[in-house]
Amino acid sequence: MIDESDLQEILASVRRFVRERVVPLEQEIDETDAIPEAIRQTAKDMGLFGFALPEEHGGLGLNMEQETRLVMELGYTSPAVRSMFGTNNGIAGHVLMLGGDDEQKAEWLPRIASGEAVASFALTEPEAGSDPADLTSTATQDGDEWVLNGTKRYITNAPLADVFLVFARTDPTAKGAKGISCFIVPRDTAGVEVGPKDQKMGQFGAWTADVYLNDARVPASSLVGGDAGLHRGYYTAMGCLAHGRVHIAAMCVGLAGRLVDESVTYAKERMQGGKPIAGFQLVQGLIADSQTDYLAGRSIVLEVARSFDAGTDQKLGPSCAKYFASEMVSRVADNAVQVHGGAGYMRGVPVERMYRDARLFRIYEGTSQIQQVIIARQLLGDAARA
Amino acid sequence: MKVAVCVKQIPDPAVPGELDPSTNTLNRDDKLILDESDSFGVELALQLVEAAGGGSVTLVSMAPRSEVSGLRTALAMGADDAVLVSDDALAGTDALGTAKVLGAALGRVEPDLILAGVESSDGYTGTVPEQIAGVMGIASVTFAKKIEASDGMLSIQRQTDDGYDEVTCPMPALVSVTGGVVEPRYPSFKGIMAAKKKPVDQVGIADLGIDASAVGFAGSRQETVAVVDAEAREAGEIVIDEGEGFQRIADFLAELKVI
Repeated sequence: MIDESDLQEILASVRRFVRERVVPLEQEIDETDAIPEAIRQTAKDMGLFGFALPEEHGGLGLNMEQETRLVMELGYTSPAVRSMFGTNNGIAGHVLMLGGDDEQKAEWLPRIASGEAVASFALTEPEAGSDPADLTSTATQDGDEWVLNGTKRYITNAPLADVFLVFARTDPTAKGAKGISCFIVPRDTAGVEVGPKDQKMGQFGAWTADVYLNDARVPASSLVGGDAGLHRGYYTAMGCLAHGRVHIAAMCVGLAGRLVDESVTYAKERMQGGKPIAGFQLVQGLIADSQTDYLAGRSIVLEVARSFDAGTDQKLGPSCAKYFASEMVSRVADNAVQVHGGAGYMRGVPVERMYRDARLFRIYEGTSQIQQVIIARQLLGDAARA
Repeated sequence: MKVAVCVKQIPDPAVPGELDPSTNTLNRDDKLILDESDSFGVELALQLVEAAGGGSVTLVSMAPRSEVSGLRTALAMGADDAVLVSDDALAGTDALGTAKVLGAALGRVEPDLILAGVESSDGYTGTVPEQIAGVMGIASVTFAKKIEASDGMLSIQRQTDDGYDEVTCPMPALVSVTGGVVEPRYPSFKGIMAAKKKPVDQVGIADLGIDASAVGFAGSRQETVAVVDAEAREAGEIVIDEGEGFQRIADFLAELKVI
């Protein structure tokens, strides 16, 4: 955690970077499906690959509330830029933060925090997405090595990754969440293959791909957390995802703020019948709804982040925030397209791109339906499983 | 290589400014920030020191109320330290008085090269850099777009209406830097954290051997006698293209000396 005056300076620096450098390149990022190298280098130089990682390992050590405020600034532009360092700061980096032993943290976190190494979180499988407890990838001990087999799907940053945090079943007899462990698997490990990058609906510039493990051998020291980490992988993953959900919720808020700005600007400039469409009350209604939704999203994220930091709620709140904020930004994006009318359906108009980008937020880091289940189970306890 | 950069801390241009009606001077009571036009000089200084393989970048500023917010931004970019002149007696100081104060502060730093913006974004006199050089008795080059230093000499590309002049001059010298010629780096997070620990030498006019009568409203040879609103913008000229529109555009741009 850093003090408020430093945070203010950091937020100002990120805001300038986002608005001066990234916003003008959004369309290029969308059309070329790539982040310009200059943007990647500036992000590295600024420290954006490690803001959520601990200071002692080269990060900035932001707490959850500070992180959400920074992520809201990043959410104002193409989500692909955040995604570029999102796995390092988030789910992949946090696997080592939460589950790694001292040697593993010392070896990998400084490289991950600086952006020297890109880390990917390899949990999802073709038949284990929303409920990762069903995963079927295996890790079998062979002497002082582990042998990994399986297929991972939609793995963010896989085409760029230097290291994968791979979840695999280490106890074939255990059911569900039990018997899953996590392994540090460098990309150049024999038997690791990355498939072609996926062709997605939106969020161009953020790359995902399948990762194939065919008798990939890693040393025993690759088991995250060492012997103590054996069969603990699922619980580590859930901890990472709870943090990630608040992070993604903040992204949604940042994008919603941008969508409101785009809607307001357009409504004031777009003339219809000799006057700006801002004068039409039904257009006003769309914008008022969006601003209200945006503020509600911002409020829930900050409140949930504060409870996360206090340690009073690191499960129910994150799901509520992610569920509300991702649904919220979809509504706001829909309203923004509506305010823009025909133009809002045209390539090259920012809200058209953002509408496509926003759709993913209701799916990844746990679908809205999974969030509903988590929320309900937290409230209803065993009765929810009756 | 030792480079000093004159930086001004100004009211945030994003916030509507206010004038003090009794003095017709800008109200500077709120937090001041780094003048963006000075960030180019800071960036060039950092690049010059990097190219020289070592050295230091020292900021020199004059501001009320010991204001350091803008200095922190430049320190976060990578400058090593700063000298801040802050003294109640300086309120109302004109451009020449400012040059005398900054010149005295720069004398304590003894730099090889002094960089400054061409003009500040709140005062726009565009005279202080050359006055500093005059006060210090050193060479001055204006409107630099590129600077290289070697063997005690500076090679400078000096921007002109038609292109640029190539100028050489011995160090020490003062060079004013045209805005937009480099891309100032964004302060890194670690730079921001480190900036608070970097030394800022805060001095008053007595420390610089300057008499209060030579500065402030009392010493100012310049007075703002009246402030009037700028004329409202008039509607632009509408040209209907009847086959000669391209020529009208070309003539207009030539009139502006853009082409």
